[in-house]
Amino acid sequence: MPAVGQDKLRKEGPKKLTGAALYVDDIPVKGAWHGVTVRSTVPHARIKDIRFLKGFPWKQAVVVTAADIPGINCVRLIEDDQPLLADAITRHVHEPVALIAHPDRSAAYESLKFVEIEYEALPAALTIEESLRKKAILRGSDNVFKQFRIKKGDAAKAMKKAWKTVDTVFRVPHQEQAYIEPQGMVSWFEKDGTLVLLGSLQCPYYIVKAMQPIFGLPEEKIRVVQAVTGGGFGGKEEYPNMIAGHAALLARKAKRPIKMIYDRHEDMAVTTKRHPAVVRHRAGIDRKGKLVALDIDVVMDAGAYLTLSPVVLSRGVLHASGPYTCADVDIRARCVATNTPPNGAYRGFGAPQTLFAAELQWENLSEASKIDSLTLRERNLVKIGSELSTGQILKESVGLKKCLEVVVKRSAYAKRRKEHALWNKKKTAPTWRGIGLAAVHHGSGFTGNGEVFLKSRASLSLTKRGRFRIEAAASEIGQGSMSTLSQIVADALGVPYEWIDLEVNDTRRVPDSGPTVASRTCMVVGGLLHAAARDLKAAILAKTKKFPKTETELQAAAKALAAKGPLRFTRRFEKNTDIEFDDKTYRGDAYGSYGYAALAVDLEVDRTTYEVSVKKVWTAQDIGKAINPKIVEGQIMGGTLQALGWALLEKPVYKNGAMINNQLTNYIIPTAMDAPAMDVVLVEEPYSRGPFGAKGVGEMPMDIPAPAVCAAIRQATGLLFPEIPVTPESIAEALRRKK
Amino acid sequence: MIRFTVNAKTRTFSGPPFKRLIDVLREDFGLTGTKEGCSEGECGACSVLIDGKPVNSCLIPVCQINGAKIETVESLGVPEKLHPLQDSFLREGGTQCGICTPGMLMSAVAYLRAGGDASPEAIREQLAGNLCRCTGYQQIVDSVARALGTKPKTGSKAK
Ligand code: FES
Ligand code: FES
Repeated sequence: MPAVGQDKLRKEGPKKLTGAALYVDDIPVKGAWHGVTVRSTVPHARIKDIRFLKGFPWKQAVVVTAADIPGINCVRLIEDDQPLLADAITRHVHEPVALIAHPDRSAAYESLKFVEIEYEALPAALTIEESLRKKAILRGSDNVFKQFRIKKGDAAKAMKKAWKTVDTVFRVPHQEQAYIEPQGMVSWFEKDGTLVLLGSLQCPYYIVKAMQPIFGLPEEKIRVVQAVTGGGFGGKEEYPNMIAGHAALLARKAKRPIKMIYDRHEDMAVTTKRHPAVVRHRAGIDRKGKLVALDIDVVMDAGAYLTLSPVVLSRGVLHASGPYTCADVDIRARCVATNTPPNGAYRGFGAPQTLFAAELQWENLSEASKIDSLTLRERNLVKIGSELSTGQILKESVGLKKCLEVVVKRSAYAKRRKEHALWNKKKTAPTWRGIGLAAVHHGSGFTGNGEVFLKSRASLSLTKRGRFRIEAAASEIGQGSMSTLSQIVADALGVPYEWIDLEVNDTRRVPDSGPTVASRTCMVVGGLLHAAARDLKAAILAKTKKFPKTETELQAAAKALAAKGPLRFTRRFEKNTDIEFDDKTYRGDAYGSYGYAALAVDLEVDRTTYEVSVKKVWTAQDIGKAINPKIVEGQIMGGTLQALGWALLEKPVYKNGAMINNQLTNYIIPTAMDAPAMDVVLVEEPYSRGPFGAKGVGEMPMDIPAPAVCAAIRQATGLLFPEIPVTPESIAEALRRKK
Repeated sequence: MIRFTVNAKTRTFSGPPFKRLIDVLREDFGLTGTKEGCSEGECGACSVLIDGKPVNSCLIPVCQINGAKIETVESLGVPEKLHPLQDSFLREGGTQCGICTPGMLMSAVAYLRAGGDASPEAIREQLAGNLCRCTGYQQIVDSVARALGTKPKTGSKAK
């Protein structure tokens, strides 16, 4: 029986369910000291002096400052602009300035009270607006880290000719990933000088690359191992580079293992968040409701250093026009520097920001044209043969229309809309009701030529003991990659799922199969493994007349085939010759394939307290092929709830450039009581290059709920909120202003 | 000296009386199944049972549990032989990254023993003190319902 398409049980499930799975803080490390971080308390300043005050037994501790860095003081990512430890200047609150290790965890924390930093304040730009006004200059002459433009046709001219036009400024805030396991890393040096890092992370090879300049070590002398990781959502993509560097610096100086585990407050205050964005969105339609002009300006707040912001911005730009066709498009986008902790990867990676504007704008267009927003969408949806803003023609696998039909039908959208309108007219009703829709696309895998540059590799082995073993740096972070990849391999080989093992995610044992990001693991790494499995199968068949049917037969075959070591096949990503993208002009095939989704939210707003309660969510998502439907549904529902949180509850409060509600007690994420029942339908429009037709899954659910929520709130209250989160306070305030 | 039982085994502790129960379990007894997500009673990852009731072990000084009966996730099953509740979680997708899972299981096990009802609303209420960022909770609710002998009605249909 095939494994693909079945709800196979999660490979690592039993260990996680019994407490046997070891997360970084669970791993006993003999002789380890605890590392803590001294951080700056001002947004922008010259560091005049760092003083270690009397009153703490400093002799028992090890202290590291920038002066202790043997190589280059940087956190290497796209650029080297971010220091590992601030030296002369600090550019944001919470920037690491020094490190302390002590045998006792609480003493290590205690020591922080005995460090004093003397500053000379510099002017600071704390918001997008202040950055654009050049209140402080952090980058170049204008604070712009990166800009993109997508131009097709003549948007200005088309806008003039349009029947109805709208012009709205949308704003979305930071969002904290809020994985339940805070970040952590353990580090030590082996006798032969090898630097070892073991931690909670998504991208082991990022860390290998980041450690090289700091320690001047060659790649072979750096070993990174992923511990069981308690959620990531992008938050453990690049930030672990920082903790790894810190733990390793302390380990080097203390000459012993160092354990650095952030507590919740530190994690929330200092690690990367979703980029806040301001999107000015102008759109024009003709009398038939056809979208004829789009003029979009996007600004994202990158924080004090570049980190991954250009890539986040790029994905934002490429999704800004939504899953619709429009002949005349002009999109300009910038990410700017502010004196705040750098923002970074978070599920959706720039797309939720721009799609929020693109989708919610239909409500304004609907108001202007008196055509309902569902009809407007239907008239403009992409289908096979449609052209996107980059000029990309969609050649296959476009299930958007089907998704929208399914959601409209299952949610009884039209009927509910009518019923709610009647209900809302009743003077005595305790609530207002609303239902709202949204539709999105999400590019699977890396943008443009990203996969080509990456040249990721993955291997499949037959071991001497007669087991098939996947060797890939694909990090299981809860998304089910171990199971999904095993199912792909099992079917490609034609063997039971139970015969497949996974090598530990350890850079010494697995090849660089690229980072665990961008909804790419199943599609790209799965694709490589699928090909490797065919190679391996052919090699086995070449030696044995019949492919082994039982484990005993397999063991016998393995004895002959893998006597001198595992029989291994490795595949490397190869460029698809008919997919072309120009990084300079942003023309061409931005992604090989896109996922598509539609979603409806039904909610109620209490007329007295303005509390919003989401009653139900219906969604249909075209993901090509559900390798493991249960896991895919889990991804969709989990992502949906994170996005509902972003839309309604999660409000990071920044003061003087730092998040001040850095606790789960006042940064509210949804509980089981806040979570609505969800009706999920999987639409499968196969992608010819994905394993068994699979496209990306992980991020799309994050893109879609927020605009649907705001559309529903509009029906309920008559108010369109172009800014999230929509809290009871913001509803009260808007109603007061309306009066 | 403080004396209590952990997973039916008698234990004593003579360290600082205000050491948090979670640290005693993890550091002194090596029971790392109990997780720490927030250290302030908000996430429930550290939930254990004290005399049968789910409690956040990050808020409990060990001196408060003299004579008490503590149960942690390690008391349920082992990977090779899961407790029926753990098996339900495995089958219904109740665990993803797994960091909330031990706490979730302890809250759920107390609910099962109390003969909790299988309606999704009641299960959600019971689990409201346990945060999960991965699942959206529905498959966790389904897992508990399954353990209560109800076939979950939710779940999807491929098209
Ligand atoms: S760690 Fe105890 S409630 Fe979060
Ligand atoms: S499974 Fe990851 S937090 Fe619940």
